[in-house]
Amino acid sequence: MSAHTDTIDEFVASDYKYGFVTDIESESLEPGLNEDVVRFISAKKNEPEWLLEWRLKALRHFEKMESPTWPHVKYPPVDFQDISYYSAPKKKGDGPKSLDEVDPKLLETYEKLGVPLHERARLAGVAVDAVFDSESIGTTFKEDLASAGVIFCSISEAVQEHPELVKKYLGTVVPYTDNFYATLNSAVFSDGSFVYIPKGTRCPMELSTYFRINAANTGQFERTLIVAEESSHVSYLEGCTAPMRDENQLHAAVVELVALDNAEIKYSTVQNWYPGDEEGRGGIYNFVTKRGICKTNAKISWTQVETGSAITWKYPSVILQGDNSIGEFYSVALTNKAQQADTGTKMVHIGKNTRSTIVSKGISAGKGQNSYRGLVQVGKKAKNARNFSQCDSLLIGDKCGAHTFPYIEAKNPSASIEHEATTSKIGEDQIFYCNQRGLEPQDAVNMIVNGFCKEVFRELPMEFAVEAQKLLDVSLEGSVG
Amino acid sequence: MLEIKNLQAGIENKPILKGIDLSVNAGEVHAIMGPNGSGKSTLASVLAGRDGYDVTGGEVLLQDDDLLDLAPEERAREGVFLAFQYPVEIPGVNSAYFLRSAVNEIRKHRGEEELDAMNFLKAVKAKMKELGLSEDFLKRPVNAGFSGGEKKRNEILQMAMLNPKLAVLDETDSGLDIDALRIVADGVNRLKGTDNAQVVITHYQRLLDYIVPDFVHVLYDGRIIKSGDKTLAHELEEKGYDWLIRDAA
Repeated sequence: MSAHTDTIDEFVASDYKYGFVTDIESESLEPGLNEDVVRFISAKKNEPEWLLEWRLKALRHFEKMESPTWPHVKYPPVDFQDISYYSAPKKKGDGPKSLDEVDPKLLETYEKLGVPLHERARLAGVAVDAVFDSESIGTTFKEDLASAGVIFCSISEAVQEHPELVKKYLGTVVPYTDNFYATLNSAVFSDGSFVYIPKGTRCPMELSTYFRINAANTGQFERTLIVAEESSHVSYLEGCTAPMRDENQLHAAVVELVALDNAEIKYSTVQNWYPGDEEGRGGIYNFVTKRGICKTNAKISWTQVETGSAITWKYPSVILQGDNSIGEFYSVALTNKAQQADTGTKMVHIGKNTRSTIVSKGISAGKGQNSYRGLVQVGKKAKNARNFSQCDSLLIGDKCGAHTFPYIEAKNPSASIEHEATTSKIGEDQIFYCNQRGLEPQDAVNMIVNGFCKEVFRELPMEFAVEAQKLLDVSLEGSVG
Repeated sequence: MLEIKNLQAGIENKPILKGIDLSVNAGEVHAIMGPNGSGKSTLASVLAGRDGYDVTGGEVLLQDDDLLDLAPEERAREGVFLAFQYPVEIPGVNSAYFLRSAVNEIRKHRGEEELDAMNFLKAVKAKMKELGLSEDFLKRPVNAGFSGGEKKRNEILQMAMLNPKLAVLDETDSGLDIDALRIVADGVNRLKGTDNAQVVITHYQRLLDYIVPDFVHVLYDGRIIKSGDKTLAHELEEKGYDWLIRDAA
């Protein structure tokens, strides 16, 4: 009857804009996981003995573990002997001393990704640590931050320059025995970011790490550690992209946050790993452990916008150890094509008067499967603990799925826990209503989805809220015919 | 303005409209009445281009454009406005933002400059004052949590802002109390001009006390079985539809 086809039923591929490969000579380890590999990585990074020992303990522990089967995701078993655990752009001589000496091809890569590193074009007010495969290639605004006493560098550098801080905090929030992928990460982590905010300091700018996987057949195992001393404040953002490849690649990161008394850490993620194609070929397996610990009156806030990866498996969590501490989790997870996500959070209330808020927005399109999994745990001593959880799912089309798995354990009778969940479908009628007012079908879907995600987007730092919205629009491209 | 010729349409091979002929000139208000299931809402949906209806014959011209060839959003930009019988809720999307996007899509299409937030607010607030609507409408998400009456008033506000050539009101009066009915009717009457036309679909004569139609058509079993002036509506109110249906059979 009209040129207008059935709006929701037709799903076409949208283009992944960051799918290019940088042609650069890399130094990669042969695939395989054993003690020699761990020793190689540790030696490569000139690590102290204690860190090598820690890695080896993790490796031995890992060899006794089985990969988790409880997530609501399906994938063939990962052959951990078939992955290269280290790949880095080849360095000339001693390696670059500053960003000016970095291979122009690498700078160009980041420029293409919208993260210019050189001085002229840097993002104003945002310091960036750029991690390429297994190595950090440079950090911007280091000097400016240093004058405020803030340490922001790669974790490898921190091990050399500030070993006492790394030794004091590494593995204190996520021990090497924590879970299958965290243990693997502890054995083979290559790089990542390190942040230290001194007592009473408000970090003068946004800190950001941009993770890029480039090499084929490698896994990326980064480790991020953020320590906010008493009464300090920091806002940190990570972004991630990878080339389009037919094989799956593993990304198993660990992030540890330590918020001491009265400190506040805001951690935002815009994750856009290559999601694979409609048939589920290729894409990143994003198996990540993120956890923070709050001391007295401290606050940790996780905000994540997850649009990429073939499989996402992550539960950014907060241990509310100190009295009056606050944990927040705001999440938008989108699965399109054949993507699968099993994500949520854990809020562990230990101290008195601890509060947590969970707002999770799952969007499923195409054949995407989206699960929220969350645990709210209130310990015996957590008097007057309060939690509010809201989990909303939005379905686009009729081939996708949304699932909610809330777990609540309360051991203190004074706890107050609220859980709200909704599932709705973008209706043909909503799209038609927008069309009838002159809006294109795709614009209509974007508007409806952005409306759905509003509560989460407003938690993102200003500059990135717009980015996140655009990213969501791009990820939904082709979700209507 | 609008020329419907022998329009036939249905859902899943079930014919609903069985040959509609209707000619609406600029400046006119036409009322379409008829018992439940006669095809009134189908006609509105087909004019707006809703999915799921198969047009099996006939044509619809808006000025000289063949409406049936256009996607719903193109029809809207050409000046077709449908006031929904059940306006749709869009949670989280601010009403002002939604309406500004719509206004600008249509302005763009007409080659007019898009309105920035300031100018839009000025324009919409003036309109709301005219229509006697409260400004908190703008801050709320589109139709979400609105009462039935509020939803219908919001339709009228959108209509007023989009200034359509052809407004089709699909049972906009259903479920309205008398005050809301007045606001809706007032909105329609204000829109009325020499360069636009309105098709008011209604089940009850009541609305036509406030919106005085130039023509009244009775739709039954997918055909217009009787046309007349506003006195026809009164006759229907008195005698019901049965006498017409008997005549038509």
